[in-house]
Amino acid sequence: MDSVVDARGLSCPQPVLMTMDEIKRVDKGEISILVDTDTSKENVSRAAESRGWIVKDVQPDGIGYRVTISKD
Amino acid sequence: MATLKNFFANRWGIVGVGAFIGVLAALLQKLGNPGNMGICVACFERDIAGAIGLHRAGVVQYMRPEIIGFVLGSLIAAYIFKEFRPRLGSAPIVRFVLGAFAMIGALVFLGCPWRALLRLAGGDGNAILGLAGLIFGIWIGTLFLKNGYNLGRTEKTYTSAGWLLPLTMLGFLVLMLIFPYVKGEAKNGILFYSLKGPGSMHAALLISLGVGLAIGFLAQRSRFCTMGAFRDLILFKQAHLFTGLLALVVFAFITNLVVGQFHPGFAKQPVAHTMHIWNFGGMVLAGLAFALAGGCPGRQLFLAGEGDGDAAVFVLGMIVGAGFSHNFGLASSPKGVGPYGIAAVIIGLLVCLFIGFTMRKK
Repeated sequence: MDSVVDARGLSCPQPVLMTMDEIKRVDKGEISILVDTDTSKENVSRAAESRGWIVKDVQPDGIGYRVTISKD
Repeated sequence: MATLKNFFANRWGIVGVGAFIGVLAALLQKLGNPGNMGICVACFERDIAGAIGLHRAGVVQYMRPEIIGFVLGSLIAAYIFKEFRPRLGSAPIVRFVLGAFAMIGALVFLGCPWRALLRLAGGDGNAILGLAGLIFGIWIGTLFLKNGYNLGRTEKTYTSAGWLLPLTMLGFLVLMLIFPYVKGEAKNGILFYSLKGPGSMHAALLISLGVGLAIGFLAQRSRFCTMGAFRDLILFKQAHLFTGLLALVVFAFITNLVVGQFHPGFAKQPVAHTMHIWNFGGMVLAGLAFALAGGCPGRQLFLAGEGDGDAAVFVLGMIVGAGFSHNFGLASSPKGVGPYGIAAVIIGLLVCLFIGFTMRKK
């Protein structure tokens, strides 16, 4: 079961904080993060990579993006 | 893939933008802007408040084209790269109040974070106290962030709503073209000008506007933010934005050395005072307000340019705050803090703590 973080409409650093919390909670697997600005997309991707996660996919989703990160 | 799409969001992009700002800011000083104030978002918004008569401090009245350029440059970049996203509704009144107190704090120190860095690069030792205060204020902000402080979500809105602040800036520019500075005149039409003091020192309009547009464009691409630089370092141990800030200081320093603008010391620095506690205290207030609002004053201008209506409200809060600062004797001068500056810093800190403690989602 994938976990989803909905950070749409939140400005930085909230999307990154929420992603970090989720990373701590699930430890590994796959997380989808919904964001609505390019800045948040970049920040979330950078933060995930700095924690050893891989940015698997970035898809347009509504007015924003769905960033999928994973770790085995 | 994401890095290919936006070169400026990677390490060398942010370093390049920081260096670009550092060099141009130092050169703007050479071309006429006040000492160690090639660019100062707080000071320049304060000058704009003076130009439209929100305060009548005669020495700080000028419609600064750099600020206009920041917003419009960001707007252009946001449109070219399809990042213009009109949005608003995340506690605008709170952002207005934070903007006003951020300005009050910055004017007790005499500078925004950008100017604190430029003052350091010009040899002004008082900037060390200001930067220490800024970092301390941001650190308090990160404690609130860790404990669930959150101003809530924005909503998508009308494109025209996102245009309101850029249009206001465009209107300011038109006013400046209709009522330009006339040598020796303190007023032309409805705009006020300074005959002496920092407000009388400026580079040529087209140069200031051009530099503003270029920086606005690049800063929108790179997300350059001085508050975010310290916040991310403290909160996530992430140095991405911080490298841009370092580049700004280093390149402004080198440029100052080359053009003979580096004068190390504490006393008699341009547009600065030596009351260490209040250089520190003013920036604690500013740093905390920036952290609670999610961006330094420059970043708020760039966000407003890409359609963020809440950032636009923060900007208006800062401009109105400048009016309060000078009308109420809160702003410092080279002689020291204003008669009510210390009281204003304390009240501002209490207001920020009130906001930080009560606006939490768990």
